[in-house]
Amino acid sequence: MTPKKFDYYAPTSLREAIKILHTKDDAKVLAGGQSLLALMKLRLATPSVLVDITRINDDLSFVKRGKDSLILGSLTPHDVIERNETIKKLFPILADAASKIGDQQIRNRGTVGGSCCHADPAADLPTAMTALDPLFVVRGPKRERSIPCAKFFVDTFTTSVSKDEILTEIRIPLLPRNSGSAYIKHSRREGDFAIVGVGAAVILDSKGVCKDVRISLGAVAPTPIRAKSSEKYLKGKKLNESAIGEAAEKANEEADPPSDMHGSREYRLAMIKVFTRRTLNLAVSRAK
Amino acid sequence: MVRSSLKDEIVQITCRVNGKTYQGAAEPRTLLVYFLRDELNLTGTHVGCDTGHCGACTILMDGKTVKSCMLLAVQAQDADITTVEGLAKDNKLHPIQEAFWENHGLQCGYCTPGMLMSSLFLLQRNPDPTEEEIRRGIEGNLCRCTGYVNIVKSVKAAGEKMRESGKASGKISK
Ligand SMILES: Cc1cc2nc3c(=O)[nH]c(=O)nc-3n(C[C@H](O)[C@H](O)[C@H](O)COP(=O)(O)OP(=O)(O)OC[C@H]3O[C@@H](n4cnc5c(N)ncnc54)[C@H](O)[C@@H]3O)c2cc1C
Ligand code: FES
Ligand code: FES
Repeated sequence: MTPKKFDYYAPTSLREAIKILHTKDDAKVLAGGQSLLALMKLRLATPSVLVDITRINDDLSFVKRGKDSLILGSLTPHDVIERNETIKKLFPILADAASKIGDQQIRNRGTVGGSCCHADPAADLPTAMTALDPLFVVRGPKRERSIPCAKFFVDTFTTSVSKDEILTEIRIPLLPRNSGSAYIKHSRREGDFAIVGVGAAVILDSKGVCKDVRISLGAVAPTPIRAKSSEKYLKGKKLNESAIGEAAEKANEEADPPSDMHGSREYRLAMIKVFTRRTLNLAVSRAK
Repeated sequence: MVRSSLKDEIVQITCRVNGKTYQGAAEPRTLLVYFLRDELNLTGTHVGCDTGHCGACTILMDGKTVKSCMLLAVQAQDADITTVEGLAKDNKLHPIQEAFWENHGLQCGYCTPGMLMSSLFLLQRNPDPTEEEIRRGIEGNLCRCTGYVNIVKSVKAAGEKMRESGKASGKISK
């Protein structure tokens, strides 16, 4: 399988890359290529220009701890997200999600920015991110802007990044003390896309009462979504077995899952409950 | 500076493969695996699926395993690549190859080049992996013949051989 013909550009600076995107029609960013090249080989995507951003000298592959956020460069590979000690400590939810992507070769090459910009509703990192409510920083020809998570994922395979913008970094607000996070993916075989993916971030007070919680669901709507009824139910409650069980029962209220070869709508609606319960339990067990 | 190649241009690509500098021609849309096989005549790297699923095309690029059907040849400009042809040295098989031979880690051999490269990456990172870690390490490599049991045994044995001969020292960076 060979992609349709295209012009290939490998700029060495962000500025040049943005300029090419801005001036050429039908140009696309190439990051890890682990989704885009797959689509191009199947001729589901046929861009006439590819802008390879893996050769630019501006550093886009990093994990930095800022004063109030953790900052991930958009070209940080899944493999680094899975293994980085700071991430494992501060946001185990991201390591959980990255470790479940495809296989070692895909994790070596695929990037966190590419996964978010690709916006497959069944992808693991976008769902995990949705539980952390980060800012997506994008650079265009005129300016840089920060897109809040709730505005970033627009529809299946669609984000609010414009065609001449490049995602440069993701800023994730640090969680306070007594908080925990987790992501669990449900798939039939290792390496498959999620039938249902659930992320959770819980913030407790010193008595184990839920101060705040975010629950995200993947593969059950056109974009990752938040299970808002469950979140609302849990706030102010002690997170014991019965509260978590009750919240899990409500977790599919906002979901509108498809039926496909991986699972029927009914099956997904049922699995949302099971995996919300498990993910909340894991997140609470990690809270300290 | 922007390196660019237009649609119908034939690009000259220079890269190091198995310690040797190669130059070859490709279109911008040529996949790396076909460049290695058809242009550089390194046919040890196989094509099983062409969709990024089977792992038969696995190579090391700049120290990390990648599926060479999921990269463009133009992306290999200046890269340092190891293919299965680079494993044996001076007519002596690499310890991983010996271990696969001795433990019946292959039947038809189609998946083997990719399996060997994934095993090498795993053992460089983790010289003494558990069975679970081995199975996870070769998750991206499908085998239709062996049922994996003997492959897992082979990787385990390869780890022992490499630890003995101290070969696992050439650590891969993060
Ligand atoms: C066999 C296989 C199995 C997989 N399994 C999983 C899985 O289980 N779970 C999962 O979540 N994913 C899976 N993936 C997808 C993988 O995670 C990809 O790495 C990811 O979806 C895309 O990242 P990339 O860096 O490869 O991006 P690319 O493929 O290069 O780009 C993807 C899209 O994002 C755009 N883009 C990329 N970076 C930027 C940027 N910085 N700014 C603006 N636009 C950008 C591109 O133009 C393109 O439209 C799998 C892929 C394969 C081949
Ligand atoms: S040929 Fe590349 S993964 Fe199958
Ligand atoms: S030995 Fe035949 S596919 Fe693995």
